[in-house]
Amino acid sequence: MSLLEIRNLRLDFLAGDESLRAVDGVSLSLEAGETVCLVGESGCGKSVTAQSIARLVPTPPARYVGGEILLNGRDVLNMSPTELCNIRGGVVSYVFQEPGASLNPVFRVGAQIKESLKLHQPAKATDAEVIRLLKLVGIPAPESRMRNYPFEMSGGMQQRVMIAMALASEPKLLVADEPTTALDVTIQAQILDLLRDLKQRLGMAILLITHNLGIVGDMADRVAVMYAGQIVELAPARELLRRPLHPYTRALMASVPKLSDASRWGEATDEPAVANESAAATAREDARPTKRLQAIPGNVPRIGNFPAGCRFAPRCPMAKPECSNAIPELVEVEPGRWVRCPFWR
Amino acid sequence: MNLLEVQNLKVHFPVKHGVLSRAREFVKAVDDVSFRIAPGETLGLVGESGCGKTTLGRAIVRLVEPTAGRVLFEGEDIAAMSAGECRMRRRRFQMIFQDPYSSLNPRMTLEDIIGEALDIHGLAESKSARAKRVAELLEAVGLDAAYAQRYPHEFSGGQRQRIGIARALAVEPKLIVCDEPVSALDVSVQAQIINLLQDLQQQHGIAYLFIAHDLAVVEHISRRVMVMYLGRIVELAEAKALIRSPKHPYTQALISAVPEVDAETKRQRIVLPGDVPSPIHPPPGCRFHPRCPIAQQPLCATASPEWRETGKNHWAACHLAKSDA
Repeated sequence: MSLLEIRNLRLDFLAGDESLRAVDGVSLSLEAGETVCLVGESGCGKSVTAQSIARLVPTPPARYVGGEILLNGRDVLNMSPTELCNIRGGVVSYVFQEPGASLNPVFRVGAQIKESLKLHQPAKATDAEVIRLLKLVGIPAPESRMRNYPFEMSGGMQQRVMIAMALASEPKLLVADEPTTALDVTIQAQILDLLRDLKQRLGMAILLITHNLGIVGDMADRVAVMYAGQIVELAPARELLRRPLHPYTRALMASVPKLSDASRWGEATDEPAVANESAAATAREDARPTKRLQAIPGNVPRIGNFPAGCRFAPRCPMAKPECSNAIPELVEVEPGRWVRCPFWR
Repeated sequence: MNLLEVQNLKVHFPVKHGVLSRAREFVKAVDDVSFRIAPGETLGLVGESGCGKTTLGRAIVRLVEPTAGRVLFEGEDIAAMSAGECRMRRRRFQMIFQDPYSSLNPRMTLEDIIGEALDIHGLAESKSARAKRVAELLEAVGLDAAYAQRYPHEFSGGQRQRIGIARALAVEPKLIVCDEPVSALDVSVQAQIINLLQDLQQQHGIAYLFIAHDLAVVEHISRRVMVMYLGRIVELAEAKALIRSPKHPYTQALISAVPEVDAETKRQRIVLPGDVPSPIHPPPGCRFHPRCPIAQQPLCATASPEWRETGKNHWAACHLAKSDA
């Protein structure tokens, strides 16, 4: 049995008289101890999908239209409020994008971590346990730091506190929704290292939501790419990054500039940094040809305005007239590789 | 000749202490920064939040007042000008902002947003000339000229950023300070805006100071890149050279921290301990020494490293940076 199995999840948002489909038939499973990345742009439904796992999306405005979310074999969508309380934090914990907005500004961080312990493991709601958790997430001098208010900490420290709080109840699944988007790259590296380390030590599964393909390469075992409310590609991370199959995944990867290969530090660069001396000071841009990025035309479709048929078709470089007729199925084209495009070859 | 030459620029913000007491402490957002930009060049500026890169960009177009130093634009010191003089000079240098949602007036039509720049500098003789110029500008940034009577809320983030670019272009500037122009946009739209900026540069010979925290984007668009840490420039080099053979340990850590798409070229990650110190009390000596993996005591903690050329056109401020043979 999988730890998490989402089957054909469909969710609407009610806006006035209209019912706008935000998540349209998402199926995804997660095994214990696995890291899965959910990748997509704003409005693609990735956060709503992830928040549905503990039914955190308020209804209304949202409405579950169909599907099921099996957590340890039990359907979250049919749980009673008491049961939901038990799985929230107990089985699945969340870390959100803005640590500053997720922490309560008027309580000391230690008290906030203790609150989580009181709910799920009352016997362990002690200062000693709080200190152990803060140490676990790499906060120096935890004895004094637990008496800090959130505003006394940097963004990276706040995110560590959020992670400590999420870990307090020893969840089986940690859902991290863009946990490093608000942080600088050097701090991002610290937090990603921490998550990877904790996953190994505690054996939890991680569902990591991101729009950064670099983070996918760094963290994920498998990756699901979402576009306009649907999963368009699902594959082992390494294979997807090496050889993306869906036109959207391909276009996305081609449109992002990549850092020059810096793996050969210390050796001489293979081309001289500057061509000739006299032109050095005033060398113009024409010293090297201007490369163009392969941009994806158009804009990300908004909820309620998803195109008919294949939702990527209007922006797709390989679109054919029939693409706009019917929504293509998500098909397993190779073992473990699923693609929602009949023309992926 | 240089289009822009910044000499020993400082921007300090007073930290207020109450009604009667004078400010005794200062946030040294930009502290003794010097660099040059050639006509038509793109100079990238990277650094983490709070390092002073946005303040530096704003001080150059004098949206914040420099505390000391000179900002020579085509040989004239912008920092020393009166407000009126500076305003007329602004025709030559413009700015594009990070957030396309807050940088456009929601109550103005596109024609008025873009036309306002023409009005201020008296660049349109008649109403019809103004409308014609606005239509040209909209088309130049890839928008339909028929949008002129619409309002910003009718557009997506990428389209709004195009409007911001059209507004900056209206006065035919020679320099545009781009402050994180793509970081608020969806990934699939970023490339459109980067390509547009490059096309416009080729057509009009505009120089950019391109401020961003995404190293890959900066490397892609810039000829040279400088790295800022706690109000100081720590390294400046050709874009490729900077990424491939960084000299300053901070630059090395910054590059190594970028998560890599390609698992095969995984680089050794240097994880810096701790956080960026407060710019009110920057550490003595080298400002990076408390987090530096190779710092040597007592040298790095006492002496401020000098700005020196470690290789051809490759500058770094580090006692221990190795020079090319």
